[in-house]
Amino acid sequence: MRLTYREALNQSLREEMRRDDRVFLIGEDVAYYQGAFKVSKGFLEEFGSRRIVDTPITELGFTGLAVGAAMAGLRPVVEVMTFNFAILALDQIVNNAAKIRYMSGGQLSVPLVIRGPGSAAHQLAAQHSQSLEAWFCHMPGLKAAGPATPHDAKGLLKSAVRDENPVIFIEAQLLYPTQGEVGEGDYTIPLGAAEVKRTGSDVTLIAYSKMLLVALEAAEALAREGIQAEVVDPRTLRPLDLPTLAASAKKTGKVVIVEEGWPFAGLGAQIAESLYGRVFDYLDGPIVRVTGRDVPMPYARNLEDAAIPDVERVVAAVRQVLYRK
Amino acid sequence: MYALGKIGGFCHLYIGEEAVAVGAVDALQPEDYVFSAYRDHGHCLARGSDPKRVMAELFGRATGLCKGKGGSMHLIDAERRFMGGYAIVGGHLPLAAGVAFAVQYRGGNEVVLCFLGEGAVPSGACHETLNLAALWRLPVLFVCENNRYGMGTPVERAVALYTDVSQNAAAYGIESGRVDGMDVLAVRQAVSKAADLVRGSRRPYFLEARTYRFLGHSMADPSHGHYRSKSEVDEAKKRDPLHLLKARLLAERQAVEADLKAIEQEAARAVQEAVEFAEASPALAESALEDDVYTREEGASWRDRGGRVQ
Amino acid sequence: MASRVIMPKLTDSMEEGVVVKWRKAEGEFVESGDVLAEIETDKAVMDLEAFASGTLRKILVPEGTTVPSGTLIAVIGESDEDIQEILAGRATTSESATSTSRAATSVAVTTPAGTVPATESPVSPRVRTLAREHGIDLGAIKGSGPGGRIVERDLEGLIGRGKGGVESAVREVPLTQMRKAIIRMTTQSKGPVPHFYVASDADMNEGLRLVEESKKQTAHPHISINHLVIGAAARALVQHPGLNASFAGETIRLFPTIDIGIAVGLEDGLIVPVLRDCGRKTFAQLVEEERVLVARARNRELSPHEYTGATFAISNLGMFDVESFIAVILPPAAAVLAVGAVREIPVARDGRVEIGQRLKLTLSCDHRVVDGVAAAKFLQTLKYELEHPHPSLPPRGGG
Repeated sequence: MRLTYREALNQSLREEMRRDDRVFLIGEDVAYYQGAFKVSKGFLEEFGSRRIVDTPITELGFTGLAVGAAMAGLRPVVEVMTFNFAILALDQIVNNAAKIRYMSGGQLSVPLVIRGPGSAAHQLAAQHSQSLEAWFCHMPGLKAAGPATPHDAKGLLKSAVRDENPVIFIEAQLLYPTQGEVGEGDYTIPLGAAEVKRTGSDVTLIAYSKMLLVALEAAEALAREGIQAEVVDPRTLRPLDLPTLAASAKKTGKVVIVEEGWPFAGLGAQIAESLYGRVFDYLDGPIVRVTGRDVPMPYARNLEDAAIPDVERVVAAVRQVLYRK
Repeated sequence: MYALGKIGGFCHLYIGEEAVAVGAVDALQPEDYVFSAYRDHGHCLARGSDPKRVMAELFGRATGLCKGKGGSMHLIDAERRFMGGYAIVGGHLPLAAGVAFAVQYRGGNEVVLCFLGEGAVPSGACHETLNLAALWRLPVLFVCENNRYGMGTPVERAVALYTDVSQNAAAYGIESGRVDGMDVLAVRQAVSKAADLVRGSRRPYFLEARTYRFLGHSMADPSHGHYRSKSEVDEAKKRDPLHLLKARLLAERQAVEADLKAIEQEAARAVQEAVEFAEASPALAESALEDDVYTREEGASWRDRGGRVQ
Repeated sequence: MASRVIMPKLTDSMEEGVVVKWRKAEGEFVESGDVLAEIETDKAVMDLEAFASGTLRKILVPEGTTVPSGTLIAVIGESDEDIQEILAGRATTSESATSTSRAATSVAVTTPAGTVPATESPVSPRVRTLAREHGIDLGAIKGSGPGGRIVERDLEGLIGRGKGGVESAVREVPLTQMRKAIIRMTTQSKGPVPHFYVASDADMNEGLRLVEESKKQTAHPHISINHLVIGAAARALVQHPGLNASFAGETIRLFPTIDIGIAVGLEDGLIVPVLRDCGRKTFAQLVEEERVLVARARNRELSPHEYTGATFAISNLGMFDVESFIAVILPPAAAVLAVGAVREIPVARDGRVEIGQRLKLTLSCDHRVVDGVAAAKFLQTLKYELEHPHPSLPPRGGG
């Protein structure tokens, strides 16, 4: 069936909440407001206020509370209105959620999902437009996913809810209205499995979340020039599916990574390093990254557009790795 | 043992504050939960953890409560519902509220006892937790051990409402009380009452226990010096909770010196056994370094496995 | 910037090509991708495309001429450019898969097919790998990447497989570096080398007894039949230096040391590690060195100087129950000994039939260096040494 990304999340979470009474949703405006981005539309009516919990604007407090609830055996889904606000809860995520399993020597675990939009929208300016996946991927003890399509969103969210570990589930405001074919019924997509979204033999494009759509569009543009790009979507950011990424890199020998976050110490730097370790002898040149510009996000629309990777920049990067003008 | 190098890192001793842990925990039911900060040795032992396994954890051995992976500041004994042992000041308060949330979610009547120091009261984590606990009527019993000093900063220089720290909770509409933290029987009575209230009326409570630590903040810190005078420490030692209890038992309960001596000897023996056990235990093999970073099995939470209560 | 047009190596086995027809004339402008000429390879007639755009300044090789791969055959450049330098360096290095030439005292190094001769230009890792796998001479290629980096598209046409090529039903297995070396060595050997063969068989009773005894002790590594053959061959070569030699075109080269190559079978081919200076080593030394060398060969740890330059070779298929076989001589040696399995068979002795333990030996010789009688005498000595093994005795002399 054809659903929007937002509807796919709604369906996924609804099915999980029906399936397991321990699952509950907590966050700002998730109940009566039906969710800041309407992901939890209809939930209060179906599940009641015991399981759909509106919070004050205290990210540290309610995220930490969710960690405690997970320690006691529930399976909370925390909605952060955006991941920009999750920075306030970082101590609870990093010092508690990620570490309690390890510090307790395996006595306790934290089956928790923290989900929400995690990249720029339009003209939301510097404090509302950040892509912070690199921070979360840095922490042992956390898992992280960033699905790009409605089908992937539904299946991955189910896996995240059922996972015994804290999972950072990164959506995107601009992805919520996008549409796609979504599988019927109960299906999961395992965490740690990438997908080749488009096959090709001339160059490998690696992109996730919103940037996957940019990469696919760039692939279409390149096809018109006779260049067949292979587009690989990691889907899960930690753990990365390196065998799939490496197989594509080995096949084409030319790799372009597209990411919205800042360049220095971004996730793409890790992907590149991992690929160099595996397929160095098959690369025809250095891996090229197309990233957000190294600036706080400006407000003006033209400046914002310049700061985020677009099809032109991806096509230029492909020409660069193919040594074409 | 710390001075001998057997215990590494930070070690925060509880000497002088024992009455609070013992009195408070003794007033709880086995199915209640206990949270603490990093000064957790007393709380953990009071909850009934095996001293051998506590000492082994301090020594970093595989037989420790957390297999040597937690250490002094992260003693955790899930079977006894001693949920830890946390090093970020105030950081564990939301966790306590979360466990209380789970109790409420399941319709249970357990109490979550959350120890904190007065230095944690001004933190954002504390205020956000107090607000949530009051707002949602979470069954959390906060026991604030006011030992008058953060590391080297006295309470009057850290907490605006310092004359009565429990006022901070009252500001959120949370019922509060105060107790002499050097008197173990008084503490037990106060916590017992508070726990009944929390259990019965399903709302939080904030108890301030006025106590004193005889040594420095941690093994690395001086017990007196610039931040407090030796005479102040000596004065406080006159009300050593162990001596207070001893005096009362002799005076009011017909106890005999010999009995008390026997108890002291038994305690010394237990400590000695614990040290020997820890000494003889191996450290975890390096091959286990990456175990338990992630939970791999389904239903791995001790709760799912029907977490036993001692 | 002028560009060299060289006779390409369009297939793996192509060593030279014929310019059948020039499709562009001198002075004509060509675009990158235009067909310059039709080249006949050992397999087919193929199009030679221009890599660069420019004027076809000079054609150096007339139609119908055969030239080795790598030869400069034309120059493309600007119409007013000076191309003298390029014309001067017209003999480029061809792909080197030469056989060894040995000086009297030095150990030569062959370049087995697939090593990449030095190039000044930077090369992408992928190109290095492809060049190694396909035996391409990078010295003859101009890189189009930044800083003159040789990149994959600079190899277009040289690999003989296109992207998105026709998929055939037959499975083509690419030749490994090792397979190419074997192909080269055996065809170069069998073609020009006039082989003849002498066979014998040896009584292995003594030998087997020694092998059994060695198994009962643990102080030293166990010896095998093959060790005994190596030891016997070494002692025989000491006595017959004429078989420790090589055909060197104008001379017969006699080698100063006895370096015996031991053929080791691997799952995808074979490699021949060399035991050096066998004439001066004790049997125990030979046994130990053979063990180490063969183990390293199996783990593919050998460097080229360790598996080239044998003056004599031994190939043993006895472990597969082979009765006898005939081996191909491995240059630069003039002979190779093929060893079968020790077989328990009825033999005639003193007019009666007995059970004997016999080992068949077949010696292949290069008739340019060794004649029948010399070969037979050598084999006779070798048989004697095998039948009278004295592993504790030092060898009788040097080269």
